[in-house]
Amino acid sequence: MTDPEAGPSAPASGPGALPATPTEASREMGRSTLHRIWALSAIPMAAVALAVIVGAVVMMASSVVIGGSFDAGLPVRAYLALLEGGLGIGAAQPENAITASIVNTAPLLLAGLSVALGFKAGLFNIGATGQFLMGGLAASVVGAQFANADPLVAIPVAVVAGAAGGALYGFIPGLLKAVTGAHEVVTTIMLNYIATFTASALVIGLLRAPGFTFDRTAAVSNATLPVVFGRDLNLGVFLAVAFVPITSWLIWRTTLGFEIRTVGANPSAARYAGMSPRRLIILTMSLCGLLSGLAGAILFLGEIGFYPATFGTAIGFDAIAVALLGRAHPVGVLFGALLFGVLRAGAPLMQIRAEIPVEIIDVLQAIILFFLAADIVVRRLFRVRAARAGVDEIQTVTRSYGEQAVR
Amino acid sequence: MTIAPAGIPEADPPRLEMRGITKRYPGVVANDHIDLDLRAGEIHALLGENGAGKSTLMNILYGLARPDEGEILLDGVPVTIEGPSDAISRGISMVHQHFMLVPVLSVADNILLGAEVMADPIFLDRRKANRRIKELGDQFGFEIDPDAKVEGLSVGWQQRVEIMKALYREARVLVLDEPTAVLTPQETKEIFAVLRRLADEGRSIIFISHKLYEVLEIADRITVIRRGKVVGTRLPSATDEDDLAELMVGREVQLVVDRGESHPTEPILEVQGIHAKDDRGHETVRGVALTVRAGEIYGVAGVAGNGQEELVEALTGLRRPTSGSVRLDDQDVTGAGPRDLQRAGMSFVPGDRHRFGMVLSFSIADNLVLTQYDEPPFARGILRNDGAIDEWARRAIEQYDIRTPAADIPAGTLSGGNQQKTVVARECSRNLRLLVLDQPTRGLDVGSIEFIHRQVIAKRDEGAAILLVSAELDEILELSDRIGVMYRGSLVAEMDGPSADRETVGLLMATGSRGGGGVAANDAPRAA
Repeated sequence: MTDPEAGPSAPASGPGALPATPTEASREMGRSTLHRIWALSAIPMAAVALAVIVGAVVMMASSVVIGGSFDAGLPVRAYLALLEGGLGIGAAQPENAITASIVNTAPLLLAGLSVALGFKAGLFNIGATGQFLMGGLAASVVGAQFANADPLVAIPVAVVAGAAGGALYGFIPGLLKAVTGAHEVVTTIMLNYIATFTASALVIGLLRAPGFTFDRTAAVSNATLPVVFGRDLNLGVFLAVAFVPITSWLIWRTTLGFEIRTVGANPSAARYAGMSPRRLIILTMSLCGLLSGLAGAILFLGEIGFYPATFGTAIGFDAIAVALLGRAHPVGVLFGALLFGVLRAGAPLMQIRAEIPVEIIDVLQAIILFFLAADIVVRRLFRVRAARAGVDEIQTVTRSYGEQAVR
Repeated sequence: MTIAPAGIPEADPPRLEMRGITKRYPGVVANDHIDLDLRAGEIHALLGENGAGKSTLMNILYGLARPDEGEILLDGVPVTIEGPSDAISRGISMVHQHFMLVPVLSVADNILLGAEVMADPIFLDRRKANRRIKELGDQFGFEIDPDAKVEGLSVGWQQRVEIMKALYREARVLVLDEPTAVLTPQETKEIFAVLRRLADEGRSIIFISHKLYEVLEIADRITVIRRGKVVGTRLPSATDEDDLAELMVGREVQLVVDRGESHPTEPILEVQGIHAKDDRGHETVRGVALTVRAGEIYGVAGVAGNGQEELVEALTGLRRPTSGSVRLDDQDVTGAGPRDLQRAGMSFVPGDRHRFGMVLSFSIADNLVLTQYDEPPFARGILRNDGAIDEWARRAIEQYDIRTPAADIPAGTLSGGNQQKTVVARECSRNLRLLVLDQPTRGLDVGSIEFIHRQVIAKRDEGAAILLVSAELDEILELSDRIGVMYRGSLVAEMDGPSADRETVGLLMATGSRGGGGVAANDAPRAA
C-alpha cells in the first residue's frame, strides 16, 4: 500500500526511477518478443501448410476428373515447377525467377499495407483496387506530361501524383463514413466499379494517345522507374519495401498511430480520450488510399509504362488476403506479399510443366483465407495455444457490418 | 470447520455438498480444494474479493466449468453436472447479476422460456402456465401480472421475475449473484423478505455479495473465500464487518475511510438547468443545477437509470446537452468536447470502464496514458516517447498498487479492481481542477474500494473539486461533503453530507420525496 498523500502529479522522466537490471530486462524482452512473433505467425503458417496439402488433394482430384487417371506424383511436379518458376530453384537462371517474384510482390505489398492499416483503425478497406487504379491512372497521366522532363523531376512528380490520386480516392469513402455513416465495405466496393469504368472512359476519350492500335495513354518515357537490378527489378520495389518500416513507424511510434489503433480497438474509448473518430476515419482511409495509389504508381510507371483502357485487376482482393495472412502487421504483410508474389510468378511454369491451370493459385489463396478465418480448425489440428488476441483483423472483417455510425 | 446453524438438525445429509473442488487455469489455481455445504432451508453467503474464485465455484456448480478435482453431492448422492440445463433439471438455478430477461416479452413468456408448458405438440398452454405463475406469486407474497412487459418493470421487479423463473423450474438450490447491487435499500429489504420466505419453505440459497452488512443481515452462515481457498466459515452472530473484511482481504481493512473535514473554496463546476436526451431520444436529464467547489466532494445519489449516466456524459463532453450551461473554472464549457474539457482541467473516471475507460487489448502502459498520450513527456511532437511511458507505467503500478506481472500485458487480463485502479491512476495523475467519478467502485472488492476512496479524498484535500456519481448509497454517504439526490432526471434534494441520514436519502432515491411528513422537494418530474 502506498501513501496516498504522495500521489503523483505530472510523471517526470528524470532520475530517481528504479531501473531493472538491464540484462535481465532485455532477456525478458527477447523472450517475450519471440513468443509474440510465434503467437502471431503460428496460425498463418499453419494455414499455408494446410492449404498446400488441400491444394495437392484438389490437384489429384482434378487429374482424375480431367485426365481420367489417378496421378499421385502430380502435386509434387506442380509444386516443384512452382518453386522453380517462383524462386528459381533448379532453374538455369535463378535470378530471373527471383526478380520476377519480387517485382510481383511490390504492388501487392503496398496494397496489403493499405488494407492492414485500415484494419488497425477497424476499417475494412475493400477499395484497394479502385485506389490502385486511380493512383495508377494519375501517375500515368502525370508521368506522360513529364515524359520529356529530367527523370529526377519526372519520376518523383509522377509517383507523388499516384499517391495523391489514391489518397483522394480513399478520402471519399472515409468522408462518407464519417459524415453519413455509410459503411466503407459497401462504398469501397462500389467505388471499385466506378474507378474501373471511369478510368476506361477517360482513356478511351479524353486521355487517349494518338497513333496506337488500342486505347491507351501516352508513354511515360522519362518518368519510367529505372531498372536497378537484373532484368526487371525496378526502383518501385525499393519504394514499396521502404513503406514497411514507414508504416510500422506510423502505427507504433507516432501519436497518430496510437489514435488510429485506439479508434480501431474501441471507438468509445477514443472519444472519451478526446480523439476525433471522424477525423481519424477520414485520415486513415486517405492514408490507405495513398498506399494503394502508390502500388498503382509503381506498377504503371515501373512495368507497363502507360495506362490501357481495358485493365482488370484483382489486386484489392489479393491485398486482403495478404493483410490477413500478415496479421495486419507490416512485416507480416511483407511475408504474405512475398508468398503470393512467388506463387503468381511461378504459376505459368507450373501450368506448362504440370498442365495445372494457374487458377490453382486462387484456390490456394482461398484455402489459406478459409483456414485463417476458421482458425479454430487450425487450432484443433495443430493444438496451437496461441493467444486469442491477434485475430483482431478477422474480427474487423466479420464485425464491420451492422455497427452503428460513428459519432 | 462446519458449524451447525441453530435449529437445523445435523443428521440429514446437506442439500448440497461440494468437496475438495479444485480448478486450475493456466498460471492460477482458481479453486483450491474448496469445501462448501448447503443445508435445506439455509441462506449461505459466499464472500470474497474479485477474482477470489466465487464465480469459478458457481460456474462449476452450474455446469459451466468442470472441476479438475473434487465432487459435488446433492442430498448425499455424488452427481456430475453436465451443463446449465442439467443443473436446472437437478433443481439448481442461478440468478445472474445481469438479468437474463427478454425485455420485449411478457413476464409469463420470460418465465416460460425454455420450460414451456405445451397444450399439444404445437401450442403453449398459456392458461395453465399463468395459473402456475399466479400460484407461485401468491405463495411467496408478490403479486405479479403475468402479461406485463418486462421492459416496463422496475429493476426490483425484474429480479423477482428472475427468481420466479427459478421457482417455476422447481429450484431447490438458488444461487443469487450480487442480487442487491442494483437495488435501492427499500427494494433490498423487500427482496430479503422474499428470500427469507423461500428459505423457510425449505429451499436453500447461496447468496453472493460484497456488502458485508447485508450478508450479516440475511445469511445463516457465511463462508469466506480468498485466493481460491476457503479461509473461514462464520455464523453472523459470531462475527462483524471488520472481521469479515479482514478474512476476505487478508489484512486489516478500514471499511469507512476517514474523510476528515472539507475546506471548500471557490466554485469550480457550475451547472445551470441542464437538459439531455438518451440514445433513444428520451429526455432523461431535466434541468439539473449544481455547483461543486474546490476542496469538496459532491455526491449525486440515485437509483441507476434516473438520468445519472446522461448527466455525466453531458458534463464530460460525451453527450451534447440540449439546453442549459456548464462552467468550469469560470470558463463556459457548455457543449465542449472531451479534449477541451481535459485541457480545462477535468479528469473523468467513467462508469463503464470497458466501454470508455480503457482499451482492453492495449497494454497497461498504453492505458495509463490514454488521455495524455499527446502531451509531454509522453509525446515529443508527433512521436510517442516510449521511455517516458514505460517509466510512468512502472511508477503508477507501484504507487497505485496495480497488481500485474508487467506493464506491457493487455489490460483486459487484469481483475476488475486492478483495471479500475489503472483508470484512477491515469485520471488522478493529471493536473486537475475537477475530478468526475461515475460509479468508481462498482463491482470492486473492499480492498480496492478502500484504496480508491483514499485517492479521491487525497485529491479533494489537494484542492480539487470532485463530483461523485454513484448508485451505491454507502459510497455516497461515506465520501460526500454534500449530497444531491437524483430522481427521474432532476435533483430532488440537496443536503449536507456528514449529517445526511441513510433512511431519508434512501427514501428520496426511491420516491423522489421525503415521504408522508416531509415536504416534497420536487414537483416537476413526477408529472412524467
